[in-house]
Amino acid sequence: MISRATIWADVRRNPALTALWALAAALVAYVFVTGGYLIAVLHFAAIYVVFVTGLNIFMGYAGQVSFGHNAFAAISGYTSAVLTATYGWEPLAAAAVGLCGALACALIVGYPTLRLRGHYLAMATLAIGLIVYEIAVQWQSMTQGYMGISGIPPLGIGRFTVTSDRALLVWLIGFAALSLLAAAGIRRSRLGRAFVAIAGSEDAARALGIDVARYKLVAFLISAFYAALAGSLFVHAVGFVSPEVYGLHMVVLAFTMLYVGGIGTIGGAALGALVVALLPETMRRFSEYQDLAYGAVLILILIYAPGGLAALSRLRPASRRKESA
Amino acid sequence: MTLLRLDAVTRRFGGLVAVDAVSLEIARGGVTAIIGPNGAGKTTLFNVISGFTAPTEGRVVFAGQDITGLAAEDIARRGLVRTFQLVQLFETLTVLENVKVGRHLHTKGGLVSALLPLRSRSIEAGVEQSARALLRQVGLEAQADMLAGVLPYGQKRLLEIARALAAEPKLLMLDEPAAGLDRGETTRLAALIRAIVKLGVTVLLIEHDMSFVMNIADRVAVLDFGKLIAQGTPTEVQRDKDVIAAYLGTMEAAHA
Repeated sequence: MISRATIWADVRRNPALTALWALAAALVAYVFVTGGYLIAVLHFAAIYVVFVTGLNIFMGYAGQVSFGHNAFAAISGYTSAVLTATYGWEPLAAAAVGLCGALACALIVGYPTLRLRGHYLAMATLAIGLIVYEIAVQWQSMTQGYMGISGIPPLGIGRFTVTSDRALLVWLIGFAALSLLAAAGIRRSRLGRAFVAIAGSEDAARALGIDVARYKLVAFLISAFYAALAGSLFVHAVGFVSPEVYGLHMVVLAFTMLYVGGIGTIGGAALGALVVALLPETMRRFSEYQDLAYGAVLILILIYAPGGLAALSRLRPASRRKESA
Repeated sequence: MTLLRLDAVTRRFGGLVAVDAVSLEIARGGVTAIIGPNGAGKTTLFNVISGFTAPTEGRVVFAGQDITGLAAEDIARRGLVRTFQLVQLFETLTVLENVKVGRHLHTKGGLVSALLPLRSRSIEAGVEQSARALLRQVGLEAQADMLAGVLPYGQKRLLEIARALAAEPKLLMLDEPAAGLDRGETTRLAALIRAIVKLGVTVLLIEHDMSFVMNIADRVAVLDFGKLIAQGTPTEVQRDKDVIAAYLGTMEAAHA
């Protein structure tokens, strides 16, 4: 169930999904032209595409569970924020340090726990998420606690900076697209096959010579890298960071995107991020019922497309199977 | 020449001695069958040899190297590949992809080649070709793009064998390969195993179906209550007093 290995090829054969993608592209184009508040929503969605695509490699491909990838986003995001806003570093250099810090943390957490089966890893990741959040709140001299850090410079290299909302959107979509391409490349390779094999049957994977503990760790590190990248992109896109940005809410949101889009599929992460980011906006007219309507839509998607939006093509065969059963 | 040697291998689970000081030599080439009544310790012995369970005592020597207590993936890397009594496929992957996973040990490439499309394309072409050739060999060519989970049971067994062959084993261990197969499928399986042996792969299998064993095995080893009670050619074993007693004993118990 967890590792549903659909690949790009599905998109071509699948009109429903193609229509969904066309709609998404049209929407992005529309917002790009009209600008306004929705452009910030799309910034947010593009950053979450990066985050969720990484999470999908660990959870969708390799079939593991993590409640703590927000920690890696926080480590990298705060490193970026502190080094650029407080110490005047270049964004690129600061992000490089942040990414390395997040990977080091992922290695320290992942190495011992990924050797164990079952829920140890999920518990350990939950703990690391909470610990990093607490540190962000308590280490006031560095993070300024709940106040947060403002005045973070925009993305850029040297004198070239991304200042306009539209340019930022282009860059963020570029990052999202690269993330998706890399994830697709991984899925088609020997590495990605080892991941999905582990999700399918650890015993069979081992019997074929796959070092299960090692590949789980590799999947964990790759997904932590994605999370850290998203964390650094966020602080530069918004110009502000506070502990809430990387709180448990981030995990809930990412899980929703992953399951709505279709866990295990490559495009699903992108669709899920876009839909979940936009849903609250389209529900604004319901004012106080907004959250209720949002929840209802999510439940409907999960009932009628349990494999997520990316699995819409399988809707019909699935219901046929049910009838014959 | 000996490919696999067991030196007084014992495996205890608490007070239960599942495998009791079994010493056995498997020569290179041919088919060896391990038979015995239910609960005789056959699958535990398989797990000990393939590294899924560590032996309590004794040594396992494969191709001249001591592999006792090594991890399963390290043993597989040395050329000892097994299948499972309950078929363990990657059910959400296609039939073809299952076999491709089997090529893991004989391909290279991690994250870097995954991110370089041209490089991975040339590697993938080779993997695809050998995977399709194996599917042809077991007769699953037409099912290549189906999900493994939807195959009928007999074809799942064949796929598991094809996937194991993709790892190019020196010793292929099959845990009850004929279980649940109908007569036609069993005949095809026997032909496939014969073809595998012809390629120079040594086959060690556990089996319940006696007519299948007598038909296909070159040598037979008999386990009873964890002990090796006989070994030899199928006809020798059939005449062995201890073996007859073991099987008649269980028959009497069944009648009682």
